[in-house]
Amino acid sequence: MNETGTAGPDLAGRGPERGAKHLDLDRLLDSPQTRIVVCCGSGGVGKTTTAAAFALHAAERGRDVVVLTIDPARRLAQSLGLSALDNTPREVAGIDRSKGGRLHAMMLDMKRTFDEIVLDHADPQRAEQILANPFYQSLSASFAGTQEYMAMEKLGQLRAHGRWDLIVVDTPPSRSALDFLDAPERLGSFLDGRLIRILSAPAKVGGLGAFKLLTGGVGLVTGALGKVLGSSLLSEVQSFVAALDTMFGGFRERAERTYRLLQTEGTAFVVVAAPEPDALREASYFTERLATDKMPLAGLVLNRVHRPQADITAERALAAAEQLANGKAGRRAARKNGSASVRSTDPSGAARSAKQTWAEPDWSEEQSSFEAAQSAQLAAALLRLHAERVVQSRREQRLTGRFLASHPGIAMLELPAQAEDIHDLDGLREIIARSA
Amino acid sequence: MTNAVEARRAKADWSAVRLHVVTGKGGTGKTTVAAALALALAAGGERPGDRRVLLVEVEGRQGLSQLFDAGPVVYEERRVAVTPDGGEVWAQALDAEQALLEYLDLFYKLGPAARALRRFGAIDFATTVAPGIRDVLLTGKTCEAVRRRAGHTHSTHTHSGHTHSGHTHSGHTQGRGKTQDRVFDYDAVVMDAPPTGRITRFLNVNSEVSGLARVGPIRNQADAVMRVLTSAQTAVHFVTLLEEMPVQETLDGIAELRAASLPTGGVIVNQARPVVLPEDRLKKAAQPGGLDFAELEAGLAPVGLADTDLVSALAELATEHAQRVLLEAAQREELTATEAPLYELPLLTDGVDRVGLDLLAQRLRDQGAA
Ligand SMILES: Nc1ncnc2c1ncn2[C@@H]1O[C@H](COP(=O)(O)OP(=O)(O)O)[C@@H](O)[C@H]1O
Ligand SMILES: Nc1ncnc2c1ncn2[C@@H]1O[C@H](COP(=O)(O)OP(=O)(O)O)[C@@H](O)[C@H]1O
Ligand SMILES: [Mg+2]
Ligand SMILES: [Mg+2]
Repeated sequence: MNETGTAGPDLAGRGPERGAKHLDLDRLLDSPQTRIVVCCGSGGVGKTTTAAAFALHAAERGRDVVVLTIDPARRLAQSLGLSALDNTPREVAGIDRSKGGRLHAMMLDMKRTFDEIVLDHADPQRAEQILANPFYQSLSASFAGTQEYMAMEKLGQLRAHGRWDLIVVDTPPSRSALDFLDAPERLGSFLDGRLIRILSAPAKVGGLGAFKLLTGGVGLVTGALGKVLGSSLLSEVQSFVAALDTMFGGFRERAERTYRLLQTEGTAFVVVAAPEPDALREASYFTERLATDKMPLAGLVLNRVHRPQADITAERALAAAEQLANGKAGRRAARKNGSASVRSTDPSGAARSAKQTWAEPDWSEEQSSFEAAQSAQLAAALLRLHAERVVQSRREQRLTGRFLASHPGIAMLELPAQAEDIHDLDGLREIIARSA
Repeated sequence: MTNAVEARRAKADWSAVRLHVVTGKGGTGKTTVAAALALALAAGGERPGDRRVLLVEVEGRQGLSQLFDAGPVVYEERRVAVTPDGGEVWAQALDAEQALLEYLDLFYKLGPAARALRRFGAIDFATTVAPGIRDVLLTGKTCEAVRRRAGHTHSTHTHSGHTHSGHTHSGHTQGRGKTQDRVFDYDAVVMDAPPTGRITRFLNVNSEVSGLARVGPIRNQADAVMRVLTSAQTAVHFVTLLEEMPVQETLDGIAELRAASLPTGGVIVNQARPVVLPEDRLKKAAQPGGLDFAELEAGLAPVGLADTDLVSALAELATEHAQRVLLEAAQREELTATEAPLYELPLLTDGVDRVGLDLLAQRLRDQGAA
């Protein structure tokens, strides 16, 4: 998408957006009524980081928390003590327990969760058949939606367990935030879909009789499938489907139960977005969807926000940088290097050309002017960096403002963009401490 | 082609490659880079229509149509862009269900049965759960475009009785230049592929379908696909940012592909941001308080900005910048260890549009990626 909007009135691009209600994180996480926090959003915006940071914060404020992560970055997983993908919540060491809170963390193992459902619902022999079937293996490992379904399943299990007073859930890395809500239904309707019923019919006593009218169609379907898949394969399909038949209804019922759980008051959805067009568009869809489905939204977490540190405008900073480059010291350096210091005052162009503008000073100059040239260049480079930051911040504010305008009244929390990845407890604490 | 044009082409790192598969962590810029690569490969012909590249989308995201502003990209191949020297970029959004219907129709003449299959959800079943079927269909269609000879209207396009769109091979020859002197219909095919986490499984169709097909049409199709994918005609490129997670995924992805004997290509570092401080200063500035405040203050004095607040704010900015640059350097180092050629594309601060894509395409050409 092209960004051609106009600059906002706040030229320094500072401070949180006007008109946004502040998301009071402490209040949300302290309230004993809050039992589940779900972090949703499109891929890569910081869902896992946010979920971990919120869980840690809540635990250090005294709650007994479990965080269900889906795909933590390797180093973050290590800091949380998650070295194995074993579906077991483990206590996180190194947290401040002075307020009586605790933190457990676990990483979702999608396949194992699915296997466990099979083992719970079928007798051992049948379960073994299912687990060995190539169709089951494909379904459990790669069906679009299995991960979302299993995340919900696990959430339901953790909640039923009753052991924790706050559950924070991360959601799978799908492109669209809506997948989390849609995928379980997709899997459910697939599993009790028409084809599954038809294919499983011959396995039941008298099954075909009941489908008499459909027999022609069934023959056609199985015949055609047989052609494509080969006949031995077709029997695999049928045995898989027949085996699944045992668990019929179970899937859909479970998904529906968890879905209802998400609609209860103890649940708080947090929509995570980066201040980028794609992420905010997804956040917008998701926000609307929550309203439609009567699911409680706590607010928007705007992650990786850039804030300028100083109050001077981009225009002023660029003009000063240019003046420094064209000044006596700057000219001398430029002459030596043959690098032209002609540059536009277009702030967004600053980034592109900043690289060429550092010129090594002339070593033959006397010491004082050498130093002056050096410091002028340093100042000019940093002023351009500042201008770039202001422009980015302005753009982020404009995009956020647009989102807020179409979702009036939504509460928002901004988490700063850190220079480095967030991979330990201190990093998690810091983004919360620096949130606004 | 003249010798000069040929010589330039032969110098490009992937001149022998005709199928470029572009993968990467989600959101790093696969679609953008695939489009830029297609433009880069389409450029450099002597006359209009000399070069023709097909861009294939397999994830059903409609990402390409947004990029080119040329109407929806659909199952039928359509021209979406022309380079300044007249090279053509065509695009196609593949869909497993349509491909399966086409395939059934072609090999089994399953007109009405195919409709019944769809009605009972069998098509959905076959393309979502049957392990590997979907991937064989998508890679199969792509490989077919790679191998297609010029002047031959491809068979799966010419037969009738499609249940989709009722379209019988039109888009494809419309508006095409002369084809007498070309060997292949497309000089290159670029695939906007699934993300790193799924790429090996997606391309390794042979082992994927082995669980279900030892003989038969699917097996044959998978074998044909593997012949193209494992040949020197194919390269799998990785798009990454200089951040930990995408770099880690790239390293894992390259290792996985190599273990599966699939041909890895280049690594394209996308959205690279400029460095504004020279190296010695970066090292100092990376330490909090490491920057010389007095020097900065002296530098700001001639423009009347030497106030302490601004000095400390700029110093903080310098520290952040330096930390990021050093982190990026470490990530770049890790990528270098793979020994895959590295290319770097700048962050477009004005967003990605056709002008931006052309700039990225030019950068790819400058660096020898096309
Ligand atoms: N505010 C931030 N500042 C810097 N890096 C961040 C920030 N938030 C997330 N990251 C980094 O971005 C990457 C992706 O974050 P992650 O939480 O895994 O995203 P998601 O779960 O939405 O895919 C991680 O490497 C993480 O450390
Ligand atoms: N070099 C670049 N400069 C600026 N923005 C970019 C660049 N490459 C990609 N983007 C933007 O990043 C986002 C993700 O890019 P996209 O190509 O859709 O990634 P993917 O296909 O890997 O998900 C898009 O908004 C795109 O416009
Ligand atoms: Mg995640
Ligand atoms: Mg894409």
